[in-house]
Amino acid sequence: MGKVIVVTSGKGGVGKTTSTAALGAALAQRGDKVVVVDFDVGLRNLDLVMGAERRVVYDLVNVIQGDAKLPQALIRDKRLENLFLLPASQTRDKDALTAEGVERVMGDLKKYFDWIICDSPAGIERGATLAMRHADMAVVVTNPEVSSVRDSDRIIGLLDSKTLKAENGERMEKHLLLTRYDVNRAERGDMLKVDDVLEILSIPLLGIIPESMDVLRASNIGAPVTLADAKSLPAQAYFDASRRLAGEALPVTIPGEKRGIFGKFFGRKAA
Amino acid sequence: MNIFRLFNRPKSAPAARERLQVLLAHERMVVGTDLVAVLREEILAVIAKHVELDSDRVRVTMDRDEHVSILEIDVEIPLNAAKAA
Repeated sequence: MGKVIVVTSGKGGVGKTTSTAALGAALAQRGDKVVVVDFDVGLRNLDLVMGAERRVVYDLVNVIQGDAKLPQALIRDKRLENLFLLPASQTRDKDALTAEGVERVMGDLKKYFDWIICDSPAGIERGATLAMRHADMAVVVTNPEVSSVRDSDRIIGLLDSKTLKAENGERMEKHLLLTRYDVNRAERGDMLKVDDVLEILSIPLLGIIPESMDVLRASNIGAPVTLADAKSLPAQAYFDASRRLAGEALPVTIPGEKRGIFGKFFGRKAA
Repeated sequence: MNIFRLFNRPKSAPAARERLQVLLAHERMVVGTDLVAVLREEILAVIAKHVELDSDRVRVTMDRDEHVSILEIDVEIPLNAAKAA
């Protein structure tokens, strides 16, 4: 049986979709069978980040409403044969998702895949609560910034109350993925540090993704960053995070060493 | 820009950290119900039962720190305000 992971944050624009694509691809690059599922009905973007936007025929809502069979809606990645995408509908709204429909689709996906990674929409409404409902584990994506940390705290509260696991009295496993981290700004005291965020949210750390041009470059060409440039710092950080997801005990390092005085003047490359 | 200001500028991250800790301590406590809002409504209702309340003469303020919330209600009661019960 596959494991269901929800990638969530409350706040928009912190890197849920980027992280879903990168973690999904990283797990597939290890050889696991992976499907990434877009729950952002009406504002889908995972297809674009994965580079599959021109191949979408059927979507999650079609499958839920019985207009298409699940295998018809799954899009196989052109680079990795064991990586699939289940896109969201762009023309419907989030009320098109029903609790029973989502439950059925999740149950079917669990039979065929090792990992089902659900990209949650921003906010705390229907789309977001349905994306987290069937999760075995949650990845909480947070920027080192006050509004993102506050919203993550709220989402952690929902994960502990509104999910099937929580309702059955089980503990929801939650992991913090700190994205857009700038070690230089944190060292200067102008950005919350890793330890600050960890202390406030008190959930275990899955990884630290550095602020980097490589992330934008990857989405520009429609490839998860772990596929676009596997040697880049954010890709390395996502690879490490995917190994931790799979249960490896790997110490977390802060990516992007502090630049010396020389590097400050001559190297403007982020992280 | 004065180069010295760049070096003397106070760090902002500790402020972010402290503000979040205070805010979240409160938000985690009052899940669903806003106790302070309920208190405010009920206290004002009790006063209004006995005194003609002029909404311009009522001042409600709230302050929250790490350990407590402070709800301050200032009501001006004119000498002839007692309601004939």
